[in-house]
Amino acid sequence: MNDETIIRVEDLRKSYQESEIIKGISLTVREQEVVVIIGPSGTGKSTLLRCINLLTRPDSGRIWLKEQEITAPHTDEDKVRQHIGMVFQDFNLFNHLTALQNVTIGLTKVLRMDSREARDKGLWELERVGLVEKAASYPAQLSGGQKQRVAIARALAMDPDVMLFDEPTSALDPELIGEVLGVMQKLAREGMTMLVVTHEMGFAREVSDRIVFMENGYIVEEGPSRQMFYAPKFTRTREFLGKISELYGENRPGEMQ
Amino acid sequence: MLDTLLLFLQRTAPELVQGTKITLQLALIALSLGILFGLPAALARVYGGVIARRLAIGYIELFRGTPLLVQLFLVYYGLPDLGLTFSRLFAASITLGLNSGAYQAEYFRGAIQAVGSGQMVAARAVGMSRLQAICYIILPQALRLALPAWSNEAVSMIKYTAVVFLIAGQAKILAGRYFNPIEVYLSVALIYIFLVFVATQIMGGIERKMRTPGLEMEIERH
Amino acid sequence: MEFLKDLIFLINYLLQGTGVTLGVTLIALSTGFLFGTLLAVLRVYGSKPVARFAAVYSTLIRAVPVVVIIFILFFVIASIVDLSPFLSGALALGFASAAYQSEVFRGAILSVPAGQMMAARAIGMSRLKAISYIILPQAIRLAIPPWSNEAAIVLKDSSLVFVIGVPEILRRAQYVSARTLEPFIAFSAAAAIYFIMTFLVNRGLDFFERRYRILM
Repeated sequence: MNDETIIRVEDLRKSYQESEIIKGISLTVREQEVVVIIGPSGTGKSTLLRCINLLTRPDSGRIWLKEQEITAPHTDEDKVRQHIGMVFQDFNLFNHLTALQNVTIGLTKVLRMDSREARDKGLWELERVGLVEKAASYPAQLSGGQKQRVAIARALAMDPDVMLFDEPTSALDPELIGEVLGVMQKLAREGMTMLVVTHEMGFAREVSDRIVFMENGYIVEEGPSRQMFYAPKFTRTREFLGKISELYGENRPGEMQ
Repeated sequence: MLDTLLLFLQRTAPELVQGTKITLQLALIALSLGILFGLPAALARVYGGVIARRLAIGYIELFRGTPLLVQLFLVYYGLPDLGLTFSRLFAASITLGLNSGAYQAEYFRGAIQAVGSGQMVAARAVGMSRLQAICYIILPQALRLALPAWSNEAVSMIKYTAVVFLIAGQAKILAGRYFNPIEVYLSVALIYIFLVFVATQIMGGIERKMRTPGLEMEIERH
Repeated sequence: MEFLKDLIFLINYLLQGTGVTLGVTLIALSTGFLFGTLLAVLRVYGSKPVARFAAVYSTLIRAVPVVVIIFILFFVIASIVDLSPFLSGALALGFASAAYQSEVFRGAILSVPAGQMMAARAIGMSRLKAISYIILPQAIRLAIPPWSNEAAIVLKDSSLVFVIGVPEILRRAQYVSARTLEPFIAFSAAAAIYFIMTFLVNRGLDFFERRYRILM
């Protein structure tokens, strides 16, 4: 792991209407690190991710992508998002495009790549997630797990500095979760910097370098994953991890290794 | 331009008011006739025997498949040829009524079908005859479901009456001979905007009062 | 025999009006399409004042009978430029249709799931690119059923340009009825032609819809 900081968040705050969703969060993600954010639903985890790639404008606080402060005024947000990949809980594949077109549209329309070059890269990324034979299929013809893998390929095609995963398996049927987690684990092994919001404790324990426990808009505790799982400092953390492990189980068929 | 417009409005106020009254009367008559023709047609389509259904479909397709203006010409100029002569008002009313009825029939049909066959089955199970079931169970629900589409039709009816005035050769158009036509039609447009606005508010109020959580039906007309 | 010859002449003359009617309809529909999609995009994605303006415009136009709009525009255009009744009628119809089509497209755009815009921005697309390459292509396909409705309506409303003297089917029918003194047959024939056209248009658009439907 290198020492370069890819994402740095400083004292982030965000409110919706009357309630404050994020109450002063600071976070760092280093190159090739896999950071997993866990916590009860509705505590601002998704909002945090969406602030990091500026889909949502934070109320206050600063965010850096590598050396660039992306919350500074006059930042070209579109350009910033070219360097941050995001995978959504609901996949959000473009319904009118084939799997391959979903992957290449960012290359051709945003990066203005030559269409043949884009096609080659697109097929390569689909190969990477194991779906090259579905290149000509439409999203409606794919299973949930396949859709999510195409979504991952779409994000990877832009060669981002960091990949953000917003509960990538929460909308999937249990049998399909494994194939997506497998791809994510592969990415981690290849050295991708990842920030993942998830309930999948198995993945968190095996693949992540650091765990961040968020509740009510605060970071309750964070630390190396081994430590968090076996010797968390706060009672609340222990409570939550215990409950979640009960609900989601330790190992599941089709999952990793 | 604005002062000549105002002057025009002042001068022709009585005719404009009269015209507006006729417009509203005609719209009301046509709407009512529309229910008179449309509801039975819808019922025939859903519950009728083969003949009733075919007749209903024929009527609906005919009046929805041809322009209102053509229908007006047929009734006003064509029928006298066959020996049936009507007064202007009658011809306009009956044609608008038949036309509206065809569209209303589709709204009612959609609503009736949306009520669901389960309701009919349940009503029969309690011992109601088909007719009773339709009157006491199906229609009360269907009419509520049809309200949004129907109120759209009601508001639009105000606009369709404008077409009538073309063949009825109205004072509005004659006025065009003595005044700048743009002003004539702009004032007419303003009156319609006002009428439609008021009608929309009224129908909106009625809808709110009668709101039932239910189907949103596709609004078909202008 | 004489009657039959008359009938053939009449049918032929009427059918020539079909070309005019279709011409008016096509010009009106395309103008309405271009302007309508623009209005819809402005209403959904424009800044508050712009969206407000587009909404008010659409509501006002839809409150005025199409025939009145045709008259107004005809006289307005005639005072500025020398345009044929055919063109000014078709444009007036298009202008009015744009307001209705903007409602159709607005509904369709709003039906495209919100996540599509998010995903498009997430890969670095600007708002404009996202609207052009992701939202609109889907919205247009979603809009086909209600749009077909509008197309049928425009076809029927094209008869209204009769009032400014365009030689479409109805005006020809009127001429024929005056010539042959058989108004019933003349107007029935006109009605029949409209009926067939509407039927064909509906079938055609149904086919189109089935082919390009997006499964969501």
